[in-house]
Amino acid sequence: MERGKAGKAGLNVVVTTMVSDSHTWNLVFLQLLLEELGHRVTNLGPCVPDEVLAAECRRRRPDLIVLSSVNGHGYNDGLRVVAGLRACPELRGTPIVIGGKLGIAGAEDGARARALLAAGFDAVFEEAASVDAFRSYVRSLPAGVLL
Amino acid sequence: MTAFGPFVARARAAGTLVVQPRMGMSEPGRMRAGLLATKDAAATTVGTLTLDSYTRTGEVAAARRAVAEGVPLNGYPITSYPSGVTRSVLHGVADDSFPVQVRHGSARPEKIFSALLAAGLHATEGGPVSYCLPYSRTPLREAVDSWRRCCELLAASRTDGAEPHLETFGGCMMGQLCPPGLLIALSVLEGLFFRRHGLRSISLSYAQQASTRQDEEAVTALQAIAAELLPDVDRHVVIYTYMGVYPLSPGGAQLLLDEAARLAVRTGAARLIVKTTAEAYRIPTVGENVRALESAAAVAAGERRSPPGATPDTGIRAEARGLIDAVLDLHPDIGRALVLAFAKGYLDVPYCLHPDNAGRARSRLDHDGRLHWSDPGSMPIGRSGRTPAAPALSSSELLGALSYVQRSYDRRAFRTSVADGVSVAR
Ligand code: B12
Repeated sequence: MERGKAGKAGLNVVVTTMVSDSHTWNLVFLQLLLEELGHRVTNLGPCVPDEVLAAECRRRRPDLIVLSSVNGHGYNDGLRVVAGLRACPELRGTPIVIGGKLGIAGAEDGARARALLAAGFDAVFEEAASVDAFRSYVRSLPAGVLL
Repeated sequence: MTAFGPFVARARAAGTLVVQPRMGMSEPGRMRAGLLATKDAAATTVGTLTLDSYTRTGEVAAARRAVAEGVPLNGYPITSYPSGVTRSVLHGVADDSFPVQVRHGSARPEKIFSALLAAGLHATEGGPVSYCLPYSRTPLREAVDSWRRCCELLAASRTDGAEPHLETFGGCMMGQLCPPGLLIALSVLEGLFFRRHGLRSISLSYAQQASTRQDEEAVTALQAIAAELLPDVDRHVVIYTYMGVYPLSPGGAQLLLDEAARLAVRTGAARLIVKTTAEAYRIPTVGENVRALESAAAVAAGERRSPPGATPDTGIRAEARGLIDAVLDLHPDIGRALVLAFAKGYLDVPYCLHPDNAGRARSRLDHDGRLHWSDPGSMPIGRSGRTPAAPALSSSELLGALSYVQRSYDRRAFRTSVADGVSVAR
């Protein structure tokens, strides 16, 4: 389905992690959550190499790309991956968000989130408390993307 | 030269539980300090080099870059440093009184095995199934081939002074929500794979789940099946403190670790891998690890092994043995048998997304924390006639099941602190 044509049928969403991260309960959870909100999810599973991620996203042209990482390398990997995705002309305007446990030292003052936003993410959701914010973000999307 | 198996055997003979951290930091100096603190802890300890995720997944270039740029990693990048660096981390620390094990999580660990041998180490862990399905997208067949080569490499390092040791990770599939029968079957099958490929000193893992009664039965079953099928190797059981979503409160985290230490002693396990009060949040500090080691050792010292027959048999042993026999019947080569078993769904890990996992089996938690099959898929496990087909879980039901242990222990800790508060007030 072409981007922006999702309409009432919901968004096409890619849920994924990055190459070094093998955690998957987070991915299973996010898939269920998005499906309950009426969206269609392609879950790319654990340890997704940068090339596979970019190729899948270019092929599927999703309405939203959700990156999740909890192993502590998410910040480092996210900076690199989003640059790669944004370098694909097809994905320049695609909403791309990231969340989870992104560093190895726990919560911090927000510098990490600011750097990720500057690198090309549309939103950053750290830790469990951010799931409600994510839900509202996703609810806000169809209109934003459709028009 | 360090001998892991004999060290644990001596402690067991002396009636002492060996405790071990999951500890790894990227900077060699900090790694050495962590090992020294583990060695000096008031407990009978073995040391750990836990490797970082780049090294686990074979992203050696990424690990090197991170080291060069000072990006902190979630473990020690053993393949990014020359072996001399790792030798100097271990020098004067690892010895017969303090064996060190490498813990990784790699489906294709050739480089890791070479690096640990080059650094003078002979003990590590994992397995062709347990380090493939929950840790990678590597095809199972490739992981089996790689693990065969690695077992042979490790076994070939045997000398008079060092008997190489390998621990199965099969007792911890996905960290949570895997019923014990399958955990035991995988742990034993990986042990059989290790022996087939030359190892003579093997430990079998079991990860604490959500019901202590069920865990006691499970570890007792694991001990019995291991004695039947691996009678001719140096062998012990190692308990992993809970590997799923961890309590948030320090009190809850401590109570869960206490419970794991008691489980280990009651069931005759020889070694315990601890978790810290930081588990739910971030990589623990050295100090947090030392406190976990010392408190677990203290709790263990106050507990006793249960007498034989103390745990009622609800069928876990028969279920595990049935799975093992069904797999072994598939092919005389155990590696091929494992690949066939997953292709046929005879082994099927609930909620595992790996493409070689059938993904039909589903588990559920009872009101008292026991794990059951709500749907065994194609596994040779009797479906009890009454069990209706499993309804799909919603996201909040999944989170509810994943955080059952967290909730119960946080609540218990809160109640204890309230009770203490009241008694203090009086
Ligand atoms: C289960 C588990 C495992 C299992 C994973 C099995 C699997 N296939 O999934 C196993 C045992 C295999 C494992 C392995 C490892 N793990 Co682990 N694991 C855990 C554990 C105990 C629970 C994670 C979990 O399943 N949570 C359930 C899911 C549903 O929740 P969640 O992942 O936390 O995600 C929630 C939020 O973060 C949020 N969220 C997540 N992503 C996103 C994205 C968006 C967009 C949004 C909105 C929200 C969001 O929503 C979720 C629901 O609230 C945690 C510690 C803990 N929490 O108790 C450690 C933990 C995540 N693991 C950790 C590490 C480091 C590893 C290893 C690297 C080993 C090591 N060095 O210790 C390896 C991974 C290897 C690799 N290549 O990456 C660290 C990460 C450290 C950090 N970030 O600071 C933790 C925190 C433990 C610790 N304290 O050291 N692990």
